[in-house]
Amino acid sequence: MSADIIQARTPAESLLASTFDESKARLPGNACVAKWREDAFKVFTASGLPHRRIETWHYTDLRSLMREALPVAAAPGAAILSSLRKEFAADGAGAARLVLVDGFFVPELSSGLPEGIQVRSLASVLTDGRSDLLALLASQDLGQDLGARDTIVALNAALMQDGVVIEVAPGTVIAEPLHLIHVAASPVPAAHFSRSALILGAGASIRLSESCHAVYRPGTVPASHANACLILSLGDGARLTHTAMVTGTVADSVRIETLVARLGAGVKFDSFALVSGIGLVRRQLFVRFEGSGAEARLSGVSLLGGREHADTTLFVDHAAPACVSRETYKYILDEEATGVFQGKIHVAPSAQKTDGKMLSRAVLLSDRAAMNNKPELEIFADDVVCGHGATCGGLDADQLFYLQTRGLTLPEAEALLLEAFAGELIDGLGHDGLINTFRCEVKAWLSSRPKALMPPAPAGAIA
Amino acid sequence: MLEVKNLSVSINGRKILDCLDLTVRDGEVAALMGPNGSGKSTLSHVIAGRKDYTVETGEIVLNGESLLDLEPDVRAAKGLFLAFQYPIEIPGVATLTFLKASLNAQRKRRGQEELSTPDFMKRVKAVASKLKINQDMLKRALNVGFSGGEKKRMDILQMALLEPSFAILDETDSGLDIDALRVVAQGVNALRAPGRGFLVITHYQRLLDYVVPDSVHVMAHGRIVRSGGKELAVELEKSGYRDFNAEPAVA
Repeated sequence: MSADIIQARTPAESLLASTFDESKARLPGNACVAKWREDAFKVFTASGLPHRRIETWHYTDLRSLMREALPVAAAPGAAILSSLRKEFAADGAGAARLVLVDGFFVPELSSGLPEGIQVRSLASVLTDGRSDLLALLASQDLGQDLGARDTIVALNAALMQDGVVIEVAPGTVIAEPLHLIHVAASPVPAAHFSRSALILGAGASIRLSESCHAVYRPGTVPASHANACLILSLGDGARLTHTAMVTGTVADSVRIETLVARLGAGVKFDSFALVSGIGLVRRQLFVRFEGSGAEARLSGVSLLGGREHADTTLFVDHAAPACVSRETYKYILDEEATGVFQGKIHVAPSAQKTDGKMLSRAVLLSDRAAMNNKPELEIFADDVVCGHGATCGGLDADQLFYLQTRGLTLPEAEALLLEAFAGELIDGLGHDGLINTFRCEVKAWLSSRPKALMPPAPAGAIA
Repeated sequence: MLEVKNLSVSINGRKILDCLDLTVRDGEVAALMGPNGSGKSTLSHVIAGRKDYTVETGEIVLNGESLLDLEPDVRAAKGLFLAFQYPIEIPGVATLTFLKASLNAQRKRRGQEELSTPDFMKRVKAVASKLKINQDMLKRALNVGFSGGEKKRMDILQMALLEPSFAILDETDSGLDIDALRVVAQGVNALRAPGRGFLVITHYQRLLDYVVPDSVHVMAHGRIVRSGGKELAVELEKSGYRDFNAEPAVA
């Protein structure tokens, strides 16, 4: 006897379905795109929000963690744009900057694009229907790659409102970062769906620096559900250093980021993310080596407290020979926070001489914090070097004692060790401005930690 | 002045220090010798404030103040310094950053002003050159990749910067070649002062040829079993610890 289990739709899933039905006529795109959206939404409805019985989402059960869906954000109004204009004019006018407000690309807030870089809004690309760009944008939905048919990517395709499509001409070399800023501006709780792409021509070399920006003061930011997808296509010999600062949302916010990278021969690709001060974050990275001799270094630091939840899930597909991948992720978990690291490395039969190393390290500062590690290696080639490691633990008691005997209080000693733990990956970014920005964020997080670990004041101490 | 009175300490129910008494006066260099496992390192760690041990009886008094209820950093601010047998490696923390944090933390506790960076650098450079510590070492992560000798010199550098009123050197001579031993000993001798006491823990007399002690104490089975002048160290070098090694007779 067999039984099909048909799950009832959750309120969140029902709202997403009605949102799609109501808005699909208004969402940008030509007839092909409309068909793509319909197909993608069928993929989503077939299994609904990912839940614990879906292997790759086991530790981030979105079905139960995201009880409600939020209405989709409208394009930003004039008042918000004018206040943002002032804000951006105030800080560093010289920087090359692309701004997405609630997922909508706002060219008038963007500035300083160097020569060799061309930018279009996703909406215009979907409407114009240039076939090569559409093929790239849809590659994760339609392809057979690892993680294809991910329901969250499908939901993103169905509802994507806008984003940027950046093309960098072959051979363009720019040392200063191109900033991609995600602004949360909706005055009411809202969801946004954005999809962006970066196409780096052969031999081009740039830095892409993503960050979050909230219009509202901390404590008054409305909740948001963000589903953002970034698709990278790196031509032969290209070099991309990507950094992402994922910060500043509120406790009941959900942020899901999907990064898809296709690497040509001889590419050097670095991607670092700092996750802190968030509600629930899932970052999923699909990296595929398509040409030989490429290198990818994926790394990140998650600083979590309260009941925050951060999930980093990697799918690294070695489909070409002699490529090197390094994955290093660190977590600092306080209070009741939950960290998730899943890393799957797939080495195809033809990908001989692959060199892959994956490492996850977590420091747990509270008995109630939890860390879930799931490394997976699938190796079908016989001449490879691959390894993985995972550690979880508290701070080293000998190191703490040593620092205390030199006069540092326990909280000071902890902060010094934690800063060093997180800072190691940041120091490797190779750009002083970025190093400083990320270091400051780590310091700010450490100094805002609840001082629960402070030893009790000695009796009779004068406050 | 350091006074250890009737100190009994255990770990996991096993007694390590047994009614130990020891007094080291200001300006005095006391050597503490004894066989492996006699409790010398435990004594140094308990004085510095390590929490793994259970203090069953007794007290530890530094300059008239009882230390047992104080955190290790408070003891440090009160003038106590421990040079570790195995200085700890701290990856990711630049040595200079650590030295500045440590020095300023203590100055703050003592009600002194924090040092400016130029003043701090001037001080570090002066002490470092005496201990043959080069600038490159100061820029590296604390003790990471340092040789045994470099680690010990780094501990002595910290002692010189922090200017404690009482310093414990826990087998500072272990793992040192004769040249490094001389550099370390000169560093210690330079800090000898009428107001500063030292407890020098060692297995061998060799260090005491360079840092000549005022008194020598022999420890066995968690207590001081013999005390004397510097000639006691010479005697021990000849006779070994066999006279002290026998378990005390059970009544």
